Amino acid sequence: MIFNRLILCIGMFFSVTVLAADSEMVLTIREHRFEPSELKVAANQKIRLVVKNLDATPEEFESHELNREKVIPGKGQTTIYIGPLKPGRYPFMGEFNQKTAQGVVVVE
Amino acid sequence: MFGIGIIVFRETLEAAMIIGILAAATVGIAGRSRMLLGGIAAGVVGAIVVALLTSRIAEMASGTGQDLLNAGILGFAVVMLAWHNIWMSRHGAELAHQARQVGHAVRGGEKTLLTLFVVIALAVLREGSETVLFVYGSMAGSETSALQVLTSGGLGLGAGALAGFLLYAGFLRIPARWFFAVTSGLILLLAAAMASQMARFLVQSDVLPDMGSPLWDTTGMLSNTSAAGVLLHALMGYEAMPSGLQVVFYITTLIVILSAMRILRYRKDAISGF
Repeated sequence: MIFNRLILCIGMFFSVTVLAADSEMVLTIREHRFEPSELKVAANQKIRLVVKNLDATPEEFESHELNREKVIPGKGQTTIYIGPLKPGRYPFMGEFNQKTAQGVVVVE
Repeated sequence: MFGIGIIVFRETLEAAMIIGILAAATVGIAGRSRMLLGGIAAGVVGAIVVALLTSRIAEMASGTGQDLLNAGILGFAVVMLAWHNIWMSRHGAELAHQARQVGHAVRGGEKTLLTLFVVIALAVLREGSETVLFVYGSMAGSETSALQVLTSGGLGLGAGALAGFLLYAGFLRIPARWFFAVTSGLILLLAAAMASQMARFLVQSDVLPDMGSPLWDTTGMLSNTSAAGVLLHALMGYEAMPSGLQVVFYITTLIVILSAMRILRYRKDAISGF
């Protein structure tokens, strides 16, 4: 009985994961700024964030609120998965150019 | 310009703390300094190689190559630290006795020195490759001259190394009867912290689910950006907003290593050879 429930739970867990995945967004870095600087995303959904760095110098995407940290090489791109998130504002920044590279993920 | 030094300091600090703790934990084992410096040197070379290859690594595994590499490095380091602590739990008593006799370094410590070498090399490689990229980027940028970047970066590196040395010097003042308990406790926490960081990379690259994120939020009490928060993060993996998976990895690592230390600890009647 317990075993059956466990199987059901695992099944539900994976079906939810599959349903929630596959939303892709692109974030561009140009002259040490994020474009767009405000990303609107839906709540409770996993997002595949593709970060493209058009600058020649590397940048580090960092956000304590999102619990993410990753280097994007100059003229390179990378993938960062975020979410599922509750509604709210989640600031992020480019650690190597904090003065200009600021952005926020807005979850609605 | 000072911003450059501060970032280099922050990147250096974590590796310096690891080196400080491991250097203290292996006092009294013959050939320790050579392995320690060798580990740092190997790490620096590795950091430069990884920095040069970053673009290629970033493209691997559909954009998650860096995360998988970092997770792999951290996983390996956790195993090495576990091994070290288990070895120490078997030989700690012997070390405590012999450390007081000048010139009597403990023999048979080569294997654990190898773990010291590997962990230090990997820590320097991981933190160092980001530092190399950052310094290179700052020099390529037009705002600051190369000389200013190197000066500021050098000061940051020096400050980080000094922090690691002060930590080490502080440990050496711990009374002998507490010494092994303190250092092996710190290494245990260091291993758990690395496991938690590994979990974050596995979530970031969507290999494993986050199991609730954040599981709690203690930013109001102690932010990860405050000085104490940064220090506690480097020493024992403090996170103000950890994901569920990080907590699971952290606790599991603590339990597994502690159990292994208890089961395999030194007994007078045990056959030695491990």
